[in-house]
Amino acid sequence: MLTIRDLHVKLEDEDKEILKGVDLTVEAGRVHAIMGPNGSGKSTLSHVLAGREGYAVTQGSAELEGADLLAMEPEERAAAGLFLAFQYPVEIPGVGNMTFLRTALNAQRKARGEPEVSAGDFLKLVREKARTLKIDAEMLKRPINVGFSGGEKKRNEILQMAVLEPRMCILDETDSGLDVDAMRLVADGVNALRDAGRGFLVITHYQRLLDHIRPDVVHIMADGRIVRTGGPELALEVERNGYAGILAEVA
Amino acid sequence: MALLARDPRRQPETEARIAALDLPRGGFTRAARAEALARLRGFGLPSRRDEYWRFTDPADLAAPAPAAGAPFDPREAHVFAGTDRLEIVFVDGVFDPARSGPLDLAGVEITRLAEADRADIHWAQGIYGTLEAAGQAAVPRPLAALNTGAATDGILMRVTGRAARPVCLVHERRAAASDAVLHHCIRVEPGAEVTLLETGTAAARLNAVMEVDVAAGGRFHHVRVQGRDHGRRAATHIFARVGAGALFKSFTLAMNGVLTRNEAVIELAGAGAVAHVAGAALGDGATGAFHHDDTVFVTHDAVGCESRQVFKKVLRHGAVGVFQGKILVRPGAQKTDGYQISQALLLDEDSQFLAKPELEIHADDVKCSHGSTTGALDATALFYLRSRGVPRDAAVTLLVLSFLADAIGEIEDEALRQAIVERLEAWLARHRA
Ligand SMILES: Nc1ncnc2c1ncn2[C@@H]1O[C@H](COP(=O)(O)OP(=O)(O)OP(=O)(O)O)[C@@H](O)[C@H]1O
Ligand SMILES: [Mg+2]
Repeated sequence: MLTIRDLHVKLEDEDKEILKGVDLTVEAGRVHAIMGPNGSGKSTLSHVLAGREGYAVTQGSAELEGADLLAMEPEERAAAGLFLAFQYPVEIPGVGNMTFLRTALNAQRKARGEPEVSAGDFLKLVREKARTLKIDAEMLKRPINVGFSGGEKKRNEILQMAVLEPRMCILDETDSGLDVDAMRLVADGVNALRDAGRGFLVITHYQRLLDHIRPDVVHIMADGRIVRTGGPELALEVERNGYAGILAEVA
Repeated sequence: MALLARDPRRQPETEARIAALDLPRGGFTRAARAEALARLRGFGLPSRRDEYWRFTDPADLAAPAPAAGAPFDPREAHVFAGTDRLEIVFVDGVFDPARSGPLDLAGVEITRLAEADRADIHWAQGIYGTLEAAGQAAVPRPLAALNTGAATDGILMRVTGRAARPVCLVHERRAAASDAVLHHCIRVEPGAEVTLLETGTAAARLNAVMEVDVAAGGRFHHVRVQGRDHGRRAATHIFARVGAGALFKSFTLAMNGVLTRNEAVIELAGAGAVAHVAGAALGDGATGAFHHDDTVFVTHDAVGCESRQVFKKVLRHGAVGVFQGKILVRPGAQKTDGYQISQALLLDEDSQFLAKPELEIHADDVKCSHGSTTGALDATALFYLRSRGVPRDAAVTLLVLSFLADAIGEIEDEALRQAIVERLEAWLARHRA
């Protein structure tokens, strides 16, 4: 599904290398988790995959089902099936949530040569998904993320994911700022989407999310590289002992 | 006052300009016209040296003849074509009877200035030139005085009930060097309500004055679209007096235009009066020079009044936006609620926005706020939208509309708002980065 090879990334305006050779493959139907200390490059990886400006790829490749992700515009990556749930979802006053989501869904469908979804069908779809995520219908009428609490913003990311049905989902710390019940809702939302054709890359600092979304593979990222890869037990080790042991081992 | 002193340096230019005018003699307006020309002589024509024209060069507006240029004909139905309305058409400032509806509308009496002016008495006598003269108290507005003296036509509209339909002034420009001077007087009687729509370029050079007297409990809505003609030059003034519990609302959309100065001078004269003025201006220097100036002066002269000024500009490729806005709270105007915001969205680094917000408050129990910002498109927001699959151009359009939302939101009528939004979307589609 997602194949990243020897990816090196630096800041466009500065000679600062952030990703120093990332290798990672997420297979369809599998959930991979990435953990790692603050500043190790997890969000940078997710941004570069989604196509954010400001970074320069100096070496390596990233492919989504064989297509060169790095050659595409952000909207093309989305239409190709990539989705990033932001660590910090953006507030956009003046643009309604529903308008935005419908524009996004229909733009993606158009890019894929699929028919647009009618206003009525769209409303039904969103209402149903919102209900399972316990997102208030009134909230959807508001501008994008404006006045949403931290947890509401994260749930809104998952709602967008549920509506857009991407093939490759990257979740950047979607659990941070969530209370226990909200974490459960988010995890249920993710689990509902798990199927044989879809891959997940879940960035998190906490084992707790991984109790609900059971990962197949866990990676540890440090200083711009994946330094350890293992099974779910790796996350438990981090939870118990922190990163010191692991980092000392690879140093 | 010192401002009224004759400026000898300007006398020759002013006299030359007056001499170039084809001055109507005037019937009921005769005295007002003579007084206005005297005011004009006192002020002299505006010049760059004036503090009030610091950001905008009035030379083309003051010159004896307009600059000529080919009219721009976008060949599209005007923005209000889908609205049920009474349409009144002026071509290069000249009334076109064949294309205008009969001036007959339930709840409204309408005549034209050019016709009514033959009579010696008229209800508009107490308004014509009167609100304009009152609006000269703090700052001279010589182009408005010139207008009162020289106006050739316009509408005189008395609203006595709830107008059955909006009145729509269509201002077409066909000639290369037309010079229109139009003057409208509107009186909204107590409890009456009307919507006035205006659309079009009007002339190569337009000087327009609208005096609006809204009596107690009256409601006046104004939605204006200034025409996409790149070569147009315009100086417009709205002088409004808003009575107790009355409502005045005016929104202007300007797209393109080499030189536009829109002034609004509003007096909240009765307790509980409400006045909102808003504007959205879009300019792209790549398709012709663009200079757009909104100059607003709101005076609170009664208790418990509310005023809002909401002005937004979207500028690129060397386009220039200007905002000068003042809220004056007179002694005794307690419980005033005054608000003013002016914002520019610069789509590149070549464009500029010049703003001069002012508050002058002579009462103690008031709530007044003002703000002015200049910013670029939010790159993070743009990325967020694109990351969901919204193509770049569509994402920019969403963000620009979001930037303009507060101004557009001042249009109360949903269908009119939608018509305006469609024009904005079309402009943005034509002016991609
Ligand atoms: N646009 C940028 N400008 C400057 N520095 C940047 C930028 N983007 C990332 N960095 C730097 O790159 C490093 C990696 O940042 P990144 O946000 O990817 O870390 P992270 O692993 O997601 O951390 P956290 O766990 O705190 O979210 C940090 O040192 C960060 O300051
Ligand atoms: Mg991060």
